[in-house]
Amino acid sequence: MNVHEYQAKQIFAKYGVPTPKGIMVESVDAAVEAAKELGGPIWVVKAQIHAGGRGLGGGVKLAKSLDEVRILADEILGMTLVTHQTGPEGKLVQKLYIEDGADIKDEFYLSVILDRKLEMPLIMASTEGGMNIEDVAEKTPEKIITVPVDPAIGFQGFHGRELAFGLGITDKAEQKNIISFAQKLFMLYMENDAELIEINPLVRTGSGEFLALDGKMGFDNSALYRQPEIAAMRDLSEEDPDEVEAAKYGLSYVALDGEIGCMVNGAGLAMGTMDTINYMGGTPANFLDVGGSANAETVAKGFEIILKNPKVKAIFVNIFGGIVRCDRIANGIIEATKLTDVHVPVVVRLDGTNAPEASEILKNANIQNLIVASDLGDGAAKSVAAAKGA
Amino acid sequence: MSILVNKKTKVIVQGFTGKEGSFHAEQCIEYGTNIVGGVTPNKGGQTHLGKPVFNTVSEAVKATGATVSMIFVPPAFVGDAVMEAAEAGIELAVIITEGAPVKDMQMAKAYATKHGMKTLGPNCPGIITAQECKIGIMPGMIFKKGGVGLISKSGTLTYEGANQVCNEGYGITTAVGIGGDPIIGLSYKQLLPMFEADPETKCIVMIGEIGGDLEIQAAKLIKEKITKPVVAFIAGQTAPKGKTMGHAGAIVSGSAGTAKEKMDALKAAGVKVVVSPAEIGKAVKEVLS
Repeated sequence: MNVHEYQAKQIFAKYGVPTPKGIMVESVDAAVEAAKELGGPIWVVKAQIHAGGRGLGGGVKLAKSLDEVRILADEILGMTLVTHQTGPEGKLVQKLYIEDGADIKDEFYLSVILDRKLEMPLIMASTEGGMNIEDVAEKTPEKIITVPVDPAIGFQGFHGRELAFGLGITDKAEQKNIISFAQKLFMLYMENDAELIEINPLVRTGSGEFLALDGKMGFDNSALYRQPEIAAMRDLSEEDPDEVEAAKYGLSYVALDGEIGCMVNGAGLAMGTMDTINYMGGTPANFLDVGGSANAETVAKGFEIILKNPKVKAIFVNIFGGIVRCDRIANGIIEATKLTDVHVPVVVRLDGTNAPEASEILKNANIQNLIVASDLGDGAAKSVAAAKGA
Repeated sequence: MSILVNKKTKVIVQGFTGKEGSFHAEQCIEYGTNIVGGVTPNKGGQTHLGKPVFNTVSEAVKATGATVSMIFVPPAFVGDAVMEAAEAGIELAVIITEGAPVKDMQMAKAYATKHGMKTLGPNCPGIITAQECKIGIMPGMIFKKGGVGLISKSGTLTYEGANQVCNEGYGITTAVGIGGDPIIGLSYKQLLPMFEADPETKCIVMIGEIGGDLEIQAAKLIKEKITKPVVAFIAGQTAPKGKTMGHAGAIVSGSAGTAKEKMDALKAAGVKVVVSPAEIGKAVKEVLS
């Protein structure tokens, strides 16, 4: 789960990680009021959406007067912001963050991520602040410092010194500031079950303080049950409505661009099914994992979500029944076709426990548009053919 | 022969009397797994599925001599359960539960390693030595005895792969589900050499997916140390960047962890890489004939 910049900064503030002062608003008038309260003389008007690259897309602008705050807030609020992370359809800006301008001497990059190879959190920093860190990693990898921190010992002094010296910070007061900054950041990473914290840029001010000018945070979904304050920060309007709807029924759904809707049990087989469709010359319309306990209701819901996509010309139901018996799933599919109007050909491949019985049930049901397939390859081929014929 | 588990392996179940634990433990017993007891706090002294229940893993180990634990406790208690098993001297913990917090697994795995305990999973279908011992949730009847070792991040792709291998007239020595979480226990790197050393295993199927770099590490190891033929499939060639595809660890971050990168590395290591999982059976036949 991701949160907005203003929410990340609320968490930072709770742990004493310095940030410029700011106020989240949802209207132009409130933006001007917020600017008055902050005092100025310079403000930054920032679009709050769950995507990076907001500045380049025109969603972050500097205001030098209250009038400018009003003009910029009016311009940004309600705009559809397109960045390299939003996709071409962009994201509607519904919230703004009005922030004090900062006295920027120079810019750094700082993040905490989970290093899957080391199996522990890793602090990553660079003097190349404000840049895309992937580009820095590719062009000048020597400018990235990595400091793994074993959670069993926590953030120690030496971690801080490696960071400070690595960034070329030589002033003793500044060293103290950056070490304290990183230590608090690591603590909040651990205590909140964060998956990622990224501050880009982290700025050094004229007086040698370090400030989080931006803040991005992602959290481990599996740990939200014990992080109620974080869970309450979830902004559903930032998520794909179909994915949210699917999740309510225990389905894992991701929309793609193609023409063949997929309904599969298991994440690996679901990806494998998409790959097979692609290999056979078709295009998958979605990833959909119905999970281990597929029944008539979840299958019907799956059909409904897949069919919302007007591009879908055929559906491939690919189930390898393990503990779940295929005959039950076959009945589920028949039930589901009664609950939902399925107007495209449906190719069904059921394998595993009680597969022959399932295939009999489907054949005897005499459902129009239902094509039975014998295995994965056969099913993918039949789906591709059905989509082309439709 | 087989790897890690066989019909003699003594197994206990943590979360024995719960709904999932009971259902799957019963299936395992039916399959022939030597389940010697289970652990559910405050139910010690009872008998469940004809086996003794203990309050703690250490009591269970002392009384039964179990070396493997199958873990079915709810996600919030997985870290605790794994560490308890490690402390009690269990040699291998098979963690079936899905949805354990990543932080808990970091701690638990580090602790297990310190105690010399191997782990499998979490969020995995378990491990099965065909027609001898099933520790997990896979449909046992698919796995016929034979000479193919299988390692997979995905449950249903394990079934798909094993089924094709058996339909081609071959069979399975041991199939291992390693799980698709960001932090997992035994992986290709540890399991490939075990299959290499197992005289019954003639060929290894490895099924991977997008995210992380375990398959890249595997490619390096195969090039240097594995002489048996390896067939591989990597799921997620058509997955978009930056989206989690069902498994918490199945995500392409930036340009890292793509299927193509992994397939290329495996091909360069001499592995027979298939583009669709529908080709696994045929590929095994090809490398074995």
